[in-house]
Amino acid sequence: MSDFATSLPAGISEVDRTELRRQGILLTSLEEFYNWGRSNSVWPLQFGLACCAIEMIATSMARYDIARFGSEVFRPSPRQADLLIVSGTVTKKMAPQVVRLWNQMPEPKYCIAMGACAISGGPFKQGYNVLKGIDRFIPVDIYIPGCPPRPEALLHGLMALQEKIRGQKLTGPAAPRHLQPDATCDYSIPEFGAHDLEPTKNPTVFQPPVIVRKE
Amino acid sequence: MEPLEQLHARLLSAFPGAEISIVNNPGPAAQHSLLLPAALAREIAFFLRDDPALRLDYCSNVTGIDWLKAGHIEVVYHLYSMALKHGPVIIRLRTANRTDAVTLPSLTPVWRACEFQEREVFDLYGVVFDGHPDLRRILMWDEFKDHPMRKDYIEPDDYEWEPTPHGAIHDKAKAHYPAAVTPAEGAAKP
Repeated sequence: MSDFATSLPAGISEVDRTELRRQGILLTSLEEFYNWGRSNSVWPLQFGLACCAIEMIATSMARYDIARFGSEVFRPSPRQADLLIVSGTVTKKMAPQVVRLWNQMPEPKYCIAMGACAISGGPFKQGYNVLKGIDRFIPVDIYIPGCPPRPEALLHGLMALQEKIRGQKLTGPAAPRHLQPDATCDYSIPEFGAHDLEPTKNPTVFQPPVIVRKE
Repeated sequence: MEPLEQLHARLLSAFPGAEISIVNNPGPAAQHSLLLPAALAREIAFFLRDDPALRLDYCSNVTGIDWLKAGHIEVVYHLYSMALKHGPVIIRLRTANRTDAVTLPSLTPVWRACEFQEREVFDLYGVVFDGHPDLRRILMWDEFKDHPMRKDYIEPDDYEWEPTPHGAIHDKAKAHYPAAVTPAEGAAKP
């Protein structure tokens, strides 16, 4: 969790800052203030793929109320969205359109893979027509398992994303993509091939760990 | 509705010389079907739809069966009558082989409901329907070349990331496993 810790202004400790705030003195850094604002206005793209989208819709309604976290503004245009919630099965026929929507979103942008299908293909993993996880083409920030995940799980994923945003540095090699001058927000869109998508994955994004098995 | 044997006899008298046979279903469903000759299929279909005792005006389902060993593909139509509240009558058409003679007459001119389902059979089984108004792939993309529901379909080999494989998936994933580290190499690494 140390990566996610809220950054402190130079030279004061967490205890000092809490004490100062109790006395009515707000001492902050630009980084903390900027990330505080960003993390509390994550606007998702209004985009659903399958049954997980129903849970996403339930999360946005009064009972679970995603508005408590500043994310109630589901944008119908990718140009205005900060967060892509991949909520459901991504078929290979749909995958190029999902990547295109991701490319149309401006930085800073984040991606939540919601549910088993978006993570790995889920119950359809062995199907010829289902993409085995959207992380083959899009860098995913938060994975939410479940089939479908409950609204609480989606809210927990959103809170984890907020913590991640609050922990991001504005400078240096650990800075997010939109603050690195040479980083691209353009990801290759797969083409429809004769037997499968071409390419079947984006190797700059999809780098699964190598498991050496004994056998 | 009349029994299938009676319908079969009536069809033979209406279409003398046609090779119409009953395909029995030995299962508990016992939904026996009629195998129709492809050349006469559309005339027989019009007869089934318009005959006053049958009036099979609703085609609820079209599907395919790939008989790999027998070497042909069947297309199965389930017919009901909305007007007379009976059914189903099941008819089958059979292609000559699985490779080049896979053309069958489309029954979309008889039942409009067949249009999308015949496109699906064309997409997934590769049966070409002669006389179909709009024969394109419906589920897979247009550039796709295979027919995934055929028994000899070879699926794309994308098993490179299988953390917990088992069964048939395990065998496929093994081809992507990294080479095992020998003890000497393993000892050399920190």
